[in-house]
Amino acid sequence: MTAPDRKVAGYGAILLFGVVGPFLFPNYTFQLAVLWIMILFALTWDIMGGQMGYNSLGNIFFFGAGMYICAVVQIGLYYDVAEYTAHFGAVKIELTEDQYFTGLTLGLIAAAVGSTLFAVLFGWTVFGLRGPYFAIGTLGVAIAAGELVGTWDYLGGGGGITVPIYPGEPDERALLFYFLCFLFAIFTFVFLKWLYRGRFALAINAIRDDEEKAEGMGLHTLRYKTAAWAVAAFFLGLSGGLFGNMIGFIEPLEVAFPTVTFGIFMVVMALLGGKGTLWGPILGAVVFHLIKETTWTYMLGWQWVALGTLIIVNIVFFQQGILGWAQEKWPERFGLVVEEASEDGADDGARREAA
Amino acid sequence: MTALIEVSDVSKAFGGVIANQEISLDVPEGRITGLIGPNGSGKTTLFNSIVGFHPIDSGSILFEGQEISKLRVQQIARLGLLRTFQQTRIYSNMNCVDNMLISLSHRNESFGDMFATYPPEVADRAESLLEFVGLYSKRRLISGDLSFGQQKLLEFAMALMNEPKVLLLDEPTAGINPTLINGLIDRLKRANQELGVTLFVIEHNMPVIMGLAEHIYCLANGQLLAQGPPEEIQNDQRVIDAYLGGHIQTGDS
Repeated sequence: MTAPDRKVAGYGAILLFGVVGPFLFPNYTFQLAVLWIMILFALTWDIMGGQMGYNSLGNIFFFGAGMYICAVVQIGLYYDVAEYTAHFGAVKIELTEDQYFTGLTLGLIAAAVGSTLFAVLFGWTVFGLRGPYFAIGTLGVAIAAGELVGTWDYLGGGGGITVPIYPGEPDERALLFYFLCFLFAIFTFVFLKWLYRGRFALAINAIRDDEEKAEGMGLHTLRYKTAAWAVAAFFLGLSGGLFGNMIGFIEPLEVAFPTVTFGIFMVVMALLGGKGTLWGPILGAVVFHLIKETTWTYMLGWQWVALGTLIIVNIVFFQQGILGWAQEKWPERFGLVVEEASEDGADDGARREAA
Repeated sequence: MTALIEVSDVSKAFGGVIANQEISLDVPEGRITGLIGPNGSGKTTLFNSIVGFHPIDSGSILFEGQEISKLRVQQIARLGLLRTFQQTRIYSNMNCVDNMLISLSHRNESFGDMFATYPPEVADRAESLLEFVGLYSKRRLISGDLSFGQQKLLEFAMALMNEPKVLLLDEPTAGINPTLINGLIDRLKRANQELGVTLFVIEHNMPVIMGLAEHIYCLANGQLLAQGPPEEIQNDQRVIDAYLGGHIQTGDS
């Protein structure tokens, strides 16, 4: 098989697994859906953390923001949100199929757009921070958002919101949300592959390597940084809106703004797989999710210890991640050049036409 | 002959240390101008002031007749006024070609250009400039793996990729193998003559700057000590004293 053939075969296998997975393993449909969300998390975190060198600990904010925006739109289209939340789930909204899907579609669009706007807005303030200050600043945004929503009665406060109920069979519902997760993760990957093909990738890599130099060369650094965060926020908002509907009930601390679980997982997955690469975060997400689910099943009670150990091993011995390690070991397989091109052995730096 | 950069009465202090005191100088268009002075005399501070790296305390800096002392680094760079660093700065995890591509001028970059790819002629120009500085065979290497001298050449090529009107070079020959210095001098001259880039050069290597610059300014203790053509500067007693250190002479007497 030639290289392009292998590529097509690889993509085909992943897509095929994505489509038949929930039919082969019907008991794991929810876990597979979460896997796609995890891949989306790792991919979006890596835009900033890996490619641009800005380690955000607060990206989960956009996930939660999208979740709440989506729920409010879904409810608000057919009911008074304040009255609905005041009854803490005692009011059930009966929606027809048309109404439900209209609400879900508009809700998801609003979630994506709203989160993107938040990213642009916060970008103006937090991009003044560098290094660890940026990490802590963004973490602060996410924690503050959770606390704020927890006291906001219109959004149900700490009691949360029950999202409108899917008007159909539970199995059908599980498959619908599975395929939406699958679709969004693929959408994220395709978009990032397109985004990373040219100027954008070089610009954010330059910011990672030396932002002061990039400024000195006239690069529109703020513009690129804001755009990078906005892209991450768009897909996180989308996934948040979807995840809220998948769970069926949203509340601020555990579901919408879980900084110590999902918020940290997205960082760990990208680091585990190899930050700053397109496939590293995907690989990291798959490995992490498998380990996490295995330890949850077979090492109950010790699962956090196992995850902690994984993180420590990763940070201390494997900083470059799985893919980064592979790139160092077999650079030529990844198209990297470590020896100078010496078609004719000369080293005066002059260009020679390849014979 | 018009002045591309006009510095008038620029002062800059860091706390109690006066790094630049009422310095006035002109960088004429199309020429190579030199800036010399002992360590700590305020040369790099003046460069930083011109490119907007820090605000100045007083005075004015005109670039093509436009006041730039209130502009930010990126805005000044996009006007076509660029600098290289004394401690060479490149994008060390990217290969040489990528370093060159991202250094393309951002002067007329629109919002949509962020998502564009590079047309083949840009890639071609990047490779030609790498060839110009003698790094063509290393173009696919990660730039951080290059030697210091090669990184310096890459930084120079990146600056040329940006097509600046004027380039401020902070000690271009420092740390470069003596046998390569002549090649670099030759390239600086060619950039000036063939590409029309005005150069303003800080340099400690006296034979180099005397052979390169047409007009030289000398700073000492944050003040402008002397100026003139190389042969005049070379024989100026104040300049000789400043470089050899006045305190040695007083110690002798």
